[in-house]
Amino acid sequence: MDNGITSYCRITNKAVVVNGEKHTIPRTDSAWLSDIYHAENLSYPKFFKMDNLAKAGFLGAELTLQDVGIDKTEPKKNIAVVCCNRSSSLDDDTAYQQTIQNPADYYPSPAVFVYTLANIVTGEISIRNKIMGESAFYVMEHCNPQKFCSFVRGAFSDKTIDACLCGWTEYNNGNCDVLFLFVTRNELNDLELNIEKLYR
Amino acid sequence: MIYQISHNIISPLGFSSEENFRAVKDGKTKLKLQETAFSLPEPFFGALIDDDLLDAEFARINTQNFRYTKFEKAAIISVSKALQQSDIQPNSPRVQFILSTTKGNVHLLENADGFDSERVYLWKSAQLIANFFGNSNEPIVVSNACISGASAQITAKRMLESNECDYAIVVGADMLSKFVVSGFQSFKALSKELCKPYDKNRVGLNLGEAAATIIYGKTDKSLPENSIVLVSGAMANDANHISGPSRTGAGLYLAIQKAMDGFATPNEIAFVNAHGTATAYNDDMESLALTSARLNERPVNSLKAYFGHTLGAAGVLESIISSLAIIDGTALKTNNLHERGTVAPLNTLTENQSCSEHTFLKVLSGFGGSNAALLFKKFTQHNG
Repeated sequence: MDNGITSYCRITNKAVVVNGEKHTIPRTDSAWLSDIYHAENLSYPKFFKMDNLAKAGFLGAELTLQDVGIDKTEPKKNIAVVCCNRSSSLDDDTAYQQTIQNPADYYPSPAVFVYTLANIVTGEISIRNKIMGESAFYVMEHCNPQKFCSFVRGAFSDKTIDACLCGWTEYNNGNCDVLFLFVTRNELNDLELNIEKLYR
Repeated sequence: MIYQISHNIISPLGFSSEENFRAVKDGKTKLKLQETAFSLPEPFFGALIDDDLLDAEFARINTQNFRYTKFEKAAIISVSKALQQSDIQPNSPRVQFILSTTKGNVHLLENADGFDSERVYLWKSAQLIANFFGNSNEPIVVSNACISGASAQITAKRMLESNECDYAIVVGADMLSKFVVSGFQSFKALSKELCKPYDKNRVGLNLGEAAATIIYGKTDKSLPENSIVLVSGAMANDANHISGPSRTGAGLYLAIQKAMDGFATPNEIAFVNAHGTATAYNDDMESLALTSARLNERPVNSLKAYFGHTLGAAGVLESIISSLAIIDGTALKTNNLHERGTVAPLNTLTENQSCSEHTFLKVLSGFGGSNAALLFKKFTQHNG
């Protein structure tokens, strides 16, 4: 990459772009995130158990790592996973609330409840890629490249970390807004500018 | 390194750190069967902050006509009380607010109670809390499940050490609601009686409400005697399961290794204040991780049978109680532990005992496979 980022992926409701290249995603009757999953020929059945936020983050991570060539089967202690977004897990919170809203139709579901924690997406990505470095989730009003960069820099203050898989991972009420990046230690200098440029 | 300038705990056991510490040292708890709260079909065992006491306390500091939620009030009172013990100007641009919470105002999804829809966003509460004190820096929200309170302190340390701010106000808070309690009930994770951390007969956790604040500053000037220094902190992921702890404790062990490496050896640790939720799996997992880290003979405690699991507040609250314990020279017992019963034996304390070492370890683990370890040291003229 000429922009000083090993690899990145941008997913919005309109398009999927990986390292500057727009991917063709045929639209079907299923949900957009499922369309992406199928179009990219991914094979990870657990995807269909995930809530939308975890799906969005999972896809962002998968596509970002496509050409990075990390071994998904070997435990890795030297990679961190850092995500941030605006709505936390509000999309799934709203779904869970439906299950308890009406006393006459009360069926709290553990499978829905578990995704009412924003950082579950970092857990899903860590499990998928066997990443044992730190994982962290932050929430802010809008994607602020300076703060985003500060969190990633922070992850590198752990001397055992060589790379960070990081993402603005927003999904709420049908609105998908994802920017994922794979960043190594020597790419930190231009990270804030790059996030700003790639997020636009 | 960074050090604690001041702190506060708002919990059912009291509205100051010292009150809470005394209650814990005396073996008190406000955890009890909640039969009517949140009109749940099933009662639950937990501890709630009294609304009237909280409102009365809030009325003393609130001069505006603006409405705050219970979650925001508890956090604001806690920050306000911590600030009163410092000479920090919270409106300074060099002060950074960091909010640790899992669910914030999630109860508004059931009944908006006249609040606008933005109020359920975590950043909105964080802004309101920071703005209450005239601080206009964008606040940071850490939402990392049960380890949020440790993540927030690690974030504070990084921001202070990279000179992004001069002071960090870390406030952890979570309140209970039908949403939160029903979810834990659906997981069958709750005990119907007082929880029994590390006990052979433990059957699950209790939930509790709290807000807790630590104000951190840089250790670049001479520290007052008995200051508590956050020496190091680290996180690691199990990469194993989103809602179940690792079978081996590998992630927690890795976090502990990273936090202790080059900073402390096992025999320098006065005690480990562990997560100890009193679920079968968590406590066993911790016993394996602590054994791998050669901490199984060091005193180990859990504070969950005093406060319950206070979620986003837990890491902050338990760090404060443990800080007061190390200043007091006391390794606290685990309340309601009668018969030790973890897969690997631990030196879990059943009585308070005195300790002379100056360093303690705080560990937390949670959903998402996250683990954290914080290493704290009491500063004295002799060890500084």
